[in-house]
Amino acid sequence: MFEIEKIRGDFPILTQQVYGKQLAYLDNAATTQKPQSVIDAISHYYECDNSNVHRGVHALSERATAEYEGARKIIAAFFNARSEREVIFTRGTTEAINLIATSWGSANIKAGDEILITHMEHHSNIVPWQMLCERTGAVLKVAPINDDGELIIEAFDELLSERTKLVGAVHMSNALGTINPIADIIRKAHAVGAKTLIDGAQAAAHLAVDVQALDVDFYVTSAHKMYGPTGIGVVIGKENILAAMPPYQGGGDMIRMVTFEKSEYNDLPYKFEAGTPHISGAIGFGKAIEYIENIGFDAIGKREKELLAYATAKAEAFEGLRQIGTAKEKACVLSFVLDSVHPHDLGTIVDREGVAIRAGHHCAMPVMQFFKVPATARASFSVYNTESEIDALFAALKTAQDIFA
Amino acid sequence: MFDLRDLYMQVIVDHNKAPRNFGVLKAYNHDADGYNPLCGDKLHVYVNVNDDDIIEDISFEGEGCAISVASASLMTEALKGKSVSEFPATFNDFQHMVTADIAEEPDEEALGKLAVLAGVREFPSRIKCAVLCWHTMKSAVEDSHKVAVTE
Ligand SMILES: Cc1ncc(COP(=O)(O)O)c(C=O)c1O
Repeated sequence: MFEIEKIRGDFPILTQQVYGKQLAYLDNAATTQKPQSVIDAISHYYECDNSNVHRGVHALSERATAEYEGARKIIAAFFNARSEREVIFTRGTTEAINLIATSWGSANIKAGDEILITHMEHHSNIVPWQMLCERTGAVLKVAPINDDGELIIEAFDELLSERTKLVGAVHMSNALGTINPIADIIRKAHAVGAKTLIDGAQAAAHLAVDVQALDVDFYVTSAHKMYGPTGIGVVIGKENILAAMPPYQGGGDMIRMVTFEKSEYNDLPYKFEAGTPHISGAIGFGKAIEYIENIGFDAIGKREKELLAYATAKAEAFEGLRQIGTAKEKACVLSFVLDSVHPHDLGTIVDREGVAIRAGHHCAMPVMQFFKVPATARASFSVYNTESEIDALFAALKTAQDIFA
Repeated sequence: MFDLRDLYMQVIVDHNKAPRNFGVLKAYNHDADGYNPLCGDKLHVYVNVNDDDIIEDISFEGEGCAISVASASLMTEALKGKSVSEFPATFNDFQHMVTADIAEEPDEEALGKLAVLAGVREFPSRIKCAVLCWHTMKSAVEDSHKVAVTE
């Protein structure tokens, strides 16, 4: 049973007032809030178990290692990875993509090869590929989107060829809310022999992901958009591909044997985890996933659909509002512009009403260029949001319109 | 606490809706681009300085939020007819006003109509919007040929 009051009660930050108004946190695509269980797990680690992992023989180090590796197990099961060796901790989605572009890219990409991405990617799934192309002479291809903010599949098919070595696509767009048909994308990419990277930064808290059923080569995400802490994320990669990749960074933990002549690298996943990791972050990430599992994706999906439908109906009835991103398959994101108020002014005005939204280009400047807007205002919903928070947003939009009337 | 309507005063809303000195000058001898990547505000400032070092004409173009457009509009009004040598002092006065302590009253005598922008102090994320045009103007008169940013 979905009990909104109980869920809201799990998030201590939500009860506060800002500028004397009840906070309505509608910036979940930027980062989600953290439930008490995650906050407690992190404090508990520092209060009781703090020490370095994989090196000490003392009790604390053994506890820290068990908790850190326990989190990896939770994450592996959540994404249905074949084993924990396929789960590599990174600082987040951005570092995960850079790891793949640098390590896999340097071993597998040469001049004339093509990397195919979509027009709705976050900068973090554009720039690392541009950098790789610059280093190697490979070519970056971009599959276009339509006016609803959906990938144009026919155009994607045409861009795909035996020259394509990797297809990178966002699972759920942070700027538009569009959910891409990733199973299709992956199947088509594999048919021409390309590897696949799916950016799950937005999707992983809202949609169930099974990396084996998808047959995806790399799935990446960030804990902080899934009710977990910042500074930690993952690459879930196929073991045979990861095993053949050179290390990303060198240092402690990623080696088995070091001499000045030569170093022998550690096994997966440690080969890609140089240095002391973000131990408390991993532990918090594990707890966040347990939190999601306890609610369950059926309930989460149902609730978030209700919220988006409620907000979309209000948006359609709101005079002077143009939605940016009207894909048939979308979730959790209402991106829009008002004809009389610039998004940045809107952000400031609704903030004073206690409503937190994002105004800007959402790290997806090509999306803004496509829709010919400098920026959009974006409200993004999560499982703890309510209809009355959406009402507060639209009341604040009305206030903004009145100021500029 | 500062009220929103103190930030979005009638003057600002008005200058945003009907910006003064908007467009390209027919004749100009200095110009510069300004860009605020955070919100995508883009400005271009055109200045015509005569032989006596007087800003004979000044205009701007671009798109941005109400604060950045109104600030640019007010700046062009404030600087037209002033000498270039006075610009650094006005620049500093403005910069000081928008970053000063909330308790400090803006120096209306020095700033004139620009004082309406004092309210942005209460909105740290918006200060850049107000100063972008001033940095762009600085690039223009210094002929620095660099895109002005507010950092
Ligand atoms: C779709 C998408 N990809 C990638 C990222 C980057 O994630 P992070 O900043 O956590 O590395 C984000 C976050 O803004 C995102 O929304």
